[in-house]
Amino acid sequence: MSIIALAPDYESKVEPRDPLKNFHGNMLVYVHWEEHLSFCSAIAFPLPPVMPFGALVSEVIAPHYAAHPDASKIDWSKAEWMIDGEKKTPDFDASLEANGMHHKSLVRFWTPGLSGVAFS
Amino acid sequence: MSGTKKLALRQRYEYLTRGLDWETTYQPMDKVFPYDSFEGIKIKDWSAWEDPFRLTMDSYWKFQAEKERKLYAVLDSFAQNNGQTTISDGRYANVLKLFLTGISPEEYQAHRGFAFTGRHLRGAGARVAAQMQSLDELRHLQTQVHTISHYNKYFDGIAEWPLMHDRVWYLSVPKSFFDDARSAGPFEFMIAIGFAFEYLLTNLLFVPFMSGAAYNGDMSTVTFGFSAQSDESRHMTLGIEIIKFLLEQHPDNLPIVQKWVDKWFWRGHRLLGIVAMMMDYMLPKKVMSWKEAWDIYFVEAGGALFQDLGRYGLKMPKYADIATAEAEHISHQNWAVFYQYTHAAAFHTWMPDNEHLDWLSEKYPNTFDKYYRPRWEMWAKMEKEGKRFYNPALPQLCQTCQIPMAYTEPGDPTTICFRSTQYKGDTYHFCSDGCKDIFCDEPEKFVQAWLPVHQIFQGNCGGATVPDVLKWYHMNVGADNMDYVGSPDEKLWNEWHAEKLRQAG
Ligand SMILES: [Fe+2]
Ligand SMILES: [Fe+2]
Ligand SMILES: [Zn+2]
Repeated sequence: MSIIALAPDYESKVEPRDPLKNFHGNMLVYVHWEEHLSFCSAIAFPLPPVMPFGALVSEVIAPHYAAHPDASKIDWSKAEWMIDGEKKTPDFDASLEANGMHHKSLVRFWTPGLSGVAFS
Repeated sequence: MSGTKKLALRQRYEYLTRGLDWETTYQPMDKVFPYDSFEGIKIKDWSAWEDPFRLTMDSYWKFQAEKERKLYAVLDSFAQNNGQTTISDGRYANVLKLFLTGISPEEYQAHRGFAFTGRHLRGAGARVAAQMQSLDELRHLQTQVHTISHYNKYFDGIAEWPLMHDRVWYLSVPKSFFDDARSAGPFEFMIAIGFAFEYLLTNLLFVPFMSGAAYNGDMSTVTFGFSAQSDESRHMTLGIEIIKFLLEQHPDNLPIVQKWVDKWFWRGHRLLGIVAMMMDYMLPKKVMSWKEAWDIYFVEAGGALFQDLGRYGLKMPKYADIATAEAEHISHQNWAVFYQYTHAAAFHTWMPDNEHLDWLSEKYPNTFDKYYRPRWEMWAKMEKEGKRFYNPALPQLCQTCQIPMAYTEPGDPTTICFRSTQYKGDTYHFCSDGCKDIFCDEPEKFVQAWLPVHQIFQGNCGGATVPDVLKWYHMNVGADNMDYVGSPDEKLWNEWHAEKLRQAG
């Protein structure tokens, strides 16, 4: 569907507020640790597309989830990943881009054997 | 017989509106009223508009002035008697912070919206009704500000409410709700605010706040509630009148109105999540649970309403069943958001004590012990160990409702609900099918949403670090934010309490 607007050429005046170019060379990435609802929602980061996936894990994901009692027990080699709705085995040495990620990609991961306290 | 004989109210109302809907001749009517046709609503006969109140201006002023006198008398005596010291608990002040920062600015937005609508509808009856409601809403803002300004002398987090409304992440939720309604055409505004908000959902907003105030010894707020009540019954009547009028005027209006009802029901349901959290977590003395309120005011009363509107072909709002299922969860999920982002909120949070936990277990037998109590107990334990749980990152927000995407899949409370769509090569994320549908119907509008988290990353909110952003929010760090325990609010409250005990000997 398309908006019904007063101005007939309204659509041509629309400026989306969050295109890639507004983020100073970064792209938005959302990350969510499944079965750990202590973290109320996915978390958002502006990141360089050339960042290696391994750096995303060690420098971004791990420290931001460190407060959880399960965090120290994570074996990252066993984590299961879903990127934009598809199960993936990311290449930790390749960049986010090379792993198929783009502006506003959503990365969900599971840590088998770890599911918090009643999924919290 | 007598020229001074008082006219009947109905007659006076007819004099009031008589001739206000003249046909313009210098300019064509469509140019004088440029906003009331593009939405596709067809009106055959504006004179069929029934104003059920027929309130004239002089009786309006008299009536409102009387209420104002009463209100300000109560506020004066509340201040003289230090009413702030006899509320149930210092925690209660946080309910007022939420109200003044999250609800009162929307009274002002409602005032602006009804002023616009009152100018741009072609029918005189509807125009007068909208203008009166516009005045009411301005009065509501004023009385709320005056009432709560007394609390501002003692409690933190209230002083910067207008600026915070425009900047703070969670206040973008009510702000964007009204921005959306006010940037729609006048008929959608009337369905959004007049019908969905003021008629369908109003009891879930005002009754909890006002009875919460009564239960917690806040007589000043109770009084502004009373002072607004007779206005609200007029607003409700206007809301039901507008929907019936549109549905009676032309059969082509039905699908348009249904779409708006679906949209604004869902947006309203999301917005009311803060009331849910307030009722279940923030009132020191509880009135009823959110779930109970939802069952009474939406499932029962709303069900009867839609049964009645069924004769026009109007159906229950889409996803009403999902909203009802969510009534078991949203208060807990929202409180979890604010607990972990307490460093960035202008009111205090806390973990419920045992008595409160038991109340929640009793009120939510299907969900609380299974999904939420273990989390609260884990966090309480972490707090005791000196590891109070905070979320150090910024949350992903829903493109439509702008709330952190904290809601779970229908039927699976252990998994976050993720929805997304593509529009012109970009991805957009949503908390629910309801929010996704709203976006997909008008993507041109919602791609322009001012999402606080994205704005921070774009560098538009004072800087890149949390302290930079809080400074830009005018947040008094260490006083406005963080837990109630250890706050200046708590310290002051304990001093008042100790003084009372001392005086009682
Ligand atoms: Fe109001
Ligand atoms: Fe109202
Ligand atoms: Zn949403």
